[in-house]
Amino acid sequence: MKPLVSIEDLRVAFNGVPVLRGVDIALQKGEAIGLVGESGSGKSVTWLAALGLLPRHAQISGSVRLDGRQILGAPAAELDQVRGGRIAMIFQDPASALNPVLTIRRQLCEALSLHRDLQGNAVKAEARRLLDLVGIPDAGRRLEAYPHEFSGGQVQRIMIAMALAGNPDLLVADEPTTALDATIQAQILELLSTVRRELGMAMVLISHDLGVVAENCDRVAVMYAGRIVEQAPSNQLFADPVHPYAQGLIGALPPLDGPRRRLTAIPGTVPDPAHMPGGCAFAPRCALVAEACGLAAPTLAPIADDRSVACVRAEASRRALLGIAAE
Amino acid sequence: MSPPLVEISAISRTYAMRSGMFGRAAAVHAVDGVSLTIAKGETLGLVGESGSGKSTTGRIVLGLEPPDSGEVRFGGKPMAAPGTAAWRAQRARMQMIFQDPLGALDRRLPVATQIREPLDIHGLGTPAEREERVRELLRAVELTPAHGARYPGALSGGQRQRIVLARALATKPDFLVCDEPVSALDVSIQAQVVNLLCDLQAQLSLTLLFISHDLRVVRQISNVVAVMYLGRIVEIGSADDLFARPEHPYTQALVSASPAPGRRSAGRIVLSGDPPNPAARPAGCAFHPRCPRAVARCKSEVPTLSAVGGDRQVACHLVTGAATRDAA
Repeated sequence: MKPLVSIEDLRVAFNGVPVLRGVDIALQKGEAIGLVGESGSGKSVTWLAALGLLPRHAQISGSVRLDGRQILGAPAAELDQVRGGRIAMIFQDPASALNPVLTIRRQLCEALSLHRDLQGNAVKAEARRLLDLVGIPDAGRRLEAYPHEFSGGQVQRIMIAMALAGNPDLLVADEPTTALDATIQAQILELLSTVRRELGMAMVLISHDLGVVAENCDRVAVMYAGRIVEQAPSNQLFADPVHPYAQGLIGALPPLDGPRRRLTAIPGTVPDPAHMPGGCAFAPRCALVAEACGLAAPTLAPIADDRSVACVRAEASRRALLGIAAE
Repeated sequence: MSPPLVEISAISRTYAMRSGMFGRAAAVHAVDGVSLTIAKGETLGLVGESGSGKSTTGRIVLGLEPPDSGEVRFGGKPMAAPGTAAWRAQRARMQMIFQDPLGALDRRLPVATQIREPLDIHGLGTPAEREERVRELLRAVELTPAHGARYPGALSGGQRQRIVLARALATKPDFLVCDEPVSALDVSIQAQVVNLLCDLQAQLSLTLLFISHDLRVVRQISNVVAVMYLGRIVEIGSADDLFARPEHPYTQALVSASPAPGRRSAGRIVLSGDPPNPAARPAGCAFHPRCPRAVARCKSEVPTLSAVGGDRQVACHLVTGAATRDAA
């Protein structure tokens, strides 16, 4: 099956400092993929670059295809059809994504008239239907309200409604629930999965929260220092992570039940993009580091059906996890 | 069990909030009759969503803000009047750590100078002893003297939070209030700081009030956990037991809303309705409009925190009502 979106060797540099160092992602129609990683790992930049949303001084290379058509560096007129139409994006801070002095109706109708062939009353009816769909009570009356009259969770619902206005094939949700309280986060995640199921839409969920990604995505890609280090189906990644960084991330998460154990913290910090170590970027923090790690950056190589890892010590790492003495 | 270091009895704090420029002032009951005790060397975790009053509770406990009613006793004695010598001596024994380390540090001073500041203020030791103490503190938070010469901007988020921790420990306090100390940190760095806090607590037999919205982190570090909702404690109990068997419907929803890797959302309790507005607290049980099990009594009668066996206390008619029926 041909992928809906395929990103190949995407690289981004700001002022000569590389922040994205060769990312490959293929996304099938209707699939939900999660991108996890710490701040600065490049998970947001990947999609901002793919959609041409980075500032002009960013140097971008590689390839981003939507249904086989190259969209990286495409003319603005073509990108305007893609952004909001084929691919929609929602962000962490919904309040700053809405215009505070315009009613919700004006903003929803703007998105609808840009991407849908609707006239007159049909636009308003559709805006109302979208607001209903995302679970805003009393949608007809609430259309005339301003963003500040809604709570944080409701504003994120409105952003989802706006994202759905263009009937997108793919929704990129960048930390959609990070600013929300736990019980509201659960509501928004449930809404996203319902909407996705009903509309058959693909989703990219960008999050620093492993739990959020694990529960809502079919497949997960773990990013570190501008590269994907491991890619696997969610259940496999969390049950049996192979890359030492993925293992570290899961070990660093305090458990909510069972016995308490000391957290296995990953020592050190994320490398400075301007002074990236030669070879594997994770090597300075890795417990399994070997001589080969400093020589060349490992490439993402398949280790099983649908699983790939970028680590020369993948086999040793797997054995260490299983409790078998390495070598 | 050791005697309590901190005793909080029925503290309340109300703010006046105006809606809009000409709106009528409404009373916001940020904290309403909260009582807690923290034994020496123990950690009390305080969880709740935004607006639940957990930070206000922390500020009142430290005396950064006076309670409207109720009392906080520290080491068996009531808090001294602000500005007096007794108050300063008491304040040196308690410190606070905030969520945003960059906001808590002065960007234009080397961090070692900032760690020394509390020693200067409280006049502890000779200048040479203070320098030695700063080096000792940097070691305690697993940093080097070279880090001390840097400015906050030249340190990572985790390192900055370590500096804030070192400064808080400078006066050898008995009691630390940590308000979301690791929420702004990445997972791998968060684990480093949580481990460090646990180690320091054991070494220095610190007493902690640990405020966070993150149930996992709270469970990792706390002996006892209290859950707050709209200014009141709705459930309190030992950390492991509380998260394994939550009794209050709100705690159950919170635990269920905490996503876990390796578990698909089967049978998740998704609460309907908006987050509560502290300025318009519902009558009766404040949680009743969102509670999936609310009955008529919940709308009119405020439930009180009552023991339900073991060290657990719950403020819910459904739970305590059932318990009394069982006893009868």
